[in-house]
Amino acid sequence: MPETKTALAAAAAPPAGQARRGGRIRLARLRDLALIPAIVVIAIVGQIVNPIFLQGDNLINILQTMSEISLLVLAQTVILVTGKMDLSLESTFGLAPGVAAWLTVAVGSGAGLGLLDGVWSVPITLAVGAVIGALNALFIVRFGLNGFIVTLGMLIVLRGLLTGISGGQTFFNLPESMLYLGTALWFGVPVSIWISLILFAGGIVLLGYTRFGRALYAIGGNVDAAKAAGIRTDRVLWIALVSASVIAALGGLMLSGRLASVAAAQGDGAIFTVFAAAVIGGVSLNGGKGTMFGAFTGILLLYMIQNVLTLAGVPAQWIQALNGAIILVALVLSRLTGGKAQE
Amino acid sequence: MAAHGDAPAAATGAGPARSGRPVAEAAHITKRYGETVALDDAGITIMPGETHALVGRNGAGKSTLVSILTGLQAPDRGEVRFGGEPAPRLADRDAWRARVACVYQKSTIIPELTVAENLYLHRHDLNRARLINWGRLRRKAAELLETWSVDVDVRSPAADLSVEQRQFVEIARALSFGARFIILDEPTAQLDGAAINRLFDRIRSLQEQGVTFLFISHHLQEIYEICDTVTVFRDARHILTRPVAELPRADLVAAMAGEATGLQEPSGRKPPAAEAPVVLDVRGLTSGDTYRDVAFQVRSGEIVGLAGAGGSGKTEVAETVVGLRAADAGTVEVAGRRPKPGSVPAALAAGAGFVPRDRHHQGFVPMMSIADNATMTIQDRLGSAGFISNRRRDELAEEMIGNLAIKTPGPELPVMGLSGGNQQKVVMARALANDPKLLVLITPTAGVDVKSKEFLLGKVEEVAEQGTGVVIASDELDDLRLCDRLLVMFQGRIVAEIPAGWHDHEVVAAMEGVNLNA
Ligand SMILES: Nc1ncnc2c1ncn2[C@@H]1O[C@H](COP(=O)(O)OP(=O)(O)OP(=O)(O)O)[C@@H](O)[C@H]1O
Ligand SMILES: [Mg+2]
Repeated sequence: MPETKTALAAAAAPPAGQARRGGRIRLARLRDLALIPAIVVIAIVGQIVNPIFLQGDNLINILQTMSEISLLVLAQTVILVTGKMDLSLESTFGLAPGVAAWLTVAVGSGAGLGLLDGVWSVPITLAVGAVIGALNALFIVRFGLNGFIVTLGMLIVLRGLLTGISGGQTFFNLPESMLYLGTALWFGVPVSIWISLILFAGGIVLLGYTRFGRALYAIGGNVDAAKAAGIRTDRVLWIALVSASVIAALGGLMLSGRLASVAAAQGDGAIFTVFAAAVIGGVSLNGGKGTMFGAFTGILLLYMIQNVLTLAGVPAQWIQALNGAIILVALVLSRLTGGKAQE
Repeated sequence: MAAHGDAPAAATGAGPARSGRPVAEAAHITKRYGETVALDDAGITIMPGETHALVGRNGAGKSTLVSILTGLQAPDRGEVRFGGEPAPRLADRDAWRARVACVYQKSTIIPELTVAENLYLHRHDLNRARLINWGRLRRKAAELLETWSVDVDVRSPAADLSVEQRQFVEIARALSFGARFIILDEPTAQLDGAAINRLFDRIRSLQEQGVTFLFISHHLQEIYEICDTVTVFRDARHILTRPVAELPRADLVAAMAGEATGLQEPSGRKPPAAEAPVVLDVRGLTSGDTYRDVAFQVRSGEIVGLAGAGGSGKTEVAETVVGLRAADAGTVEVAGRRPKPGSVPAALAAGAGFVPRDRHHQGFVPMMSIADNATMTIQDRLGSAGFISNRRRDELAEEMIGNLAIKTPGPELPVMGLSGGNQQKVVMARALANDPKLLVLITPTAGVDVKSKEFLLGKVEEVAEQGTGVVIASDELDDLRLCDRLLVMFQGRIVAEIPAGWHDHEVVAAMEGVNLNA
């Protein structure tokens, strides 16, 4: 609801004058690139701190560590643009590969049931993602429940399910097909990096250059107006929620493959980083604003900073606190560059 | 109610020759919102080629019918048909859009998106790879707006548009579909005279091409100007359908109001004494090209009109007075105090009250109740130590609802659920609530029906009699009639001061920059 902004706050901003208009457009475009200077600065600082930083191996390392969670950022961005949110993505990230492992890992190895052949693990993971997304959509779109509450409930339920089926333990001895995405290389670069980059490139095109993508923005901006323009808003939301969950499941699969295991806590707490990355990248929590490229720079910046801190020898125990501080600083900076209150 | 018939009779006689099946018809429509009955077995039949007016007081159910005719909502009972065929399923939005285009009363512009995208939302130009061709889309958008003489950069976000530009974007969009049936729900409420003429020229040329219109407006003269047939709704029911030519204005008003009272004579309010204290003193106010060197005073109990066409600067001057914008130079003194320029709270604290131009963005919080909205400016009077007494608030709100004849089941309804004109009354109620020393009204009766308009303006006179100084910025002569004097603005300057008792043509001429006395 764009019109819910409080009367006086909205009133206080004088309408933009003719003369300032050109400037505003350029600003709007620049906001997309707002994090590039910060990324350059971090790269320079990193290089000074430790000359390893800009070496190919380290860059690959950064991209690979962030690849799985970047899929969550991508999925969340699609949903945030429509003005909804999905907190349960982090649990889907763990549960989907967890169910696949549960059904395919041989009996005797942890909690595995060994019911199905290993080749089924990938389809099962994605199907679990789709089912979770459909459940979310059923509650949010069909029954009109509040997305925050629904997905908060789902977050807890799904996490509990994973703990339940695994008995709180970690699944090992995963089938070959679950390891592929996390371990294989294409042209010397890990597959998970390729997947992350390709999906983001696809996301940029989807959000920026397709009717479906623009419908997401329209819904986030003003649902009634979107409906009036002929957009089938419910269907678009269903597709968005289901694909986001499938992408989260894929991300989880990639992480399971890289670690060759599914821990009961896989993805636990990741949602905070995901939101931080999206918001720093310029995606509005109120919907209708933000780009996929911005979201990508957001998660990239966070992981570069983490890497620099590690290289600088900051003890792991402190990184958490610093991370929080960095997110706050980044928000303040984006407020300053964006010129408008963060919503 | 003798004139009440279930299915409105198809109009005969006047207007362009029309034949065949109705373009659109809605029959026996009932629609409820909770306990409010918005439509009660009402209907309308629109014949090909005609321009059909739909009139009725605020809350009569006009916009509800529009949302049903455009497939945004399903009726509880009743049926909609297009060209004799049953209407498409609600989910089939494309089918609806092929049959009817609409300018809704409530803005359907998405502020976050660019102007260009708003114009071509969901019908973007695609290239061979089925991706959006932004370049061509912008060019088309720019051309479209050029034909309407709307001068904006189509790449700027729609949030930057002025109210009038936004309205033109909506209109241009609706007319650009090439639909043969177009609904316009109060398209003129936010437009000034010149803009209305531009719109009417366009409507006439489309009429000649056989396009059918359903036209809703509270400006009855517009009905007589461009419509062939008129349907009146009252209290959710269909009252009558007649050729416009056979229904004189007085009968039309009587059908709307349900009583045979004509429009009231102006009250015998006397202008304030010359020694009354000055409540507004504006000196040397200048803001870029918008307005220059504006100076005037308003005394306690005086009603001063700021007249002027769109772009004359009258709205901006009024907005500066209440702190919605700041001037480059000059001073504004409210009741002897100089509130911080550009600060609404400071202006309110100094004793000003106001009705803004754009009620959706500046007037109210749509999800909050009528009671909360109407008492927003006087919360200190609702209880002590920062706590608000709900009982006290609802009492006050009930009183305002009664005073202003706001049509609602009760004070707890969110303002969102009110009809457009009734929302405007809530904004008005809020302005009147804190007994301001100075009341600034910007196009205060936009979207308000004729009877309520009279009523609201009567309230303004009452407030003035109690010693409030009033400024009315408007280009609607009806709003200005009660003023003790008019200041006419043209291209950013005050060009004439006209005492009460003017003739319409004098004021119209002055607003267009013609000086008849020179
Ligand atoms: N979403 C809603 N929720 C509750 N009540 C509603 C809603 N929409 C409309 N109403 C009620 O239905 C009635 C008819 O409203 P409608 O908007 O159709 O009036 P209108 O004839 O268009 O009036 P106006 O001239 O003021 O625009 C009003 O009493 C209004 O309060
Ligand atoms: Mg209406």
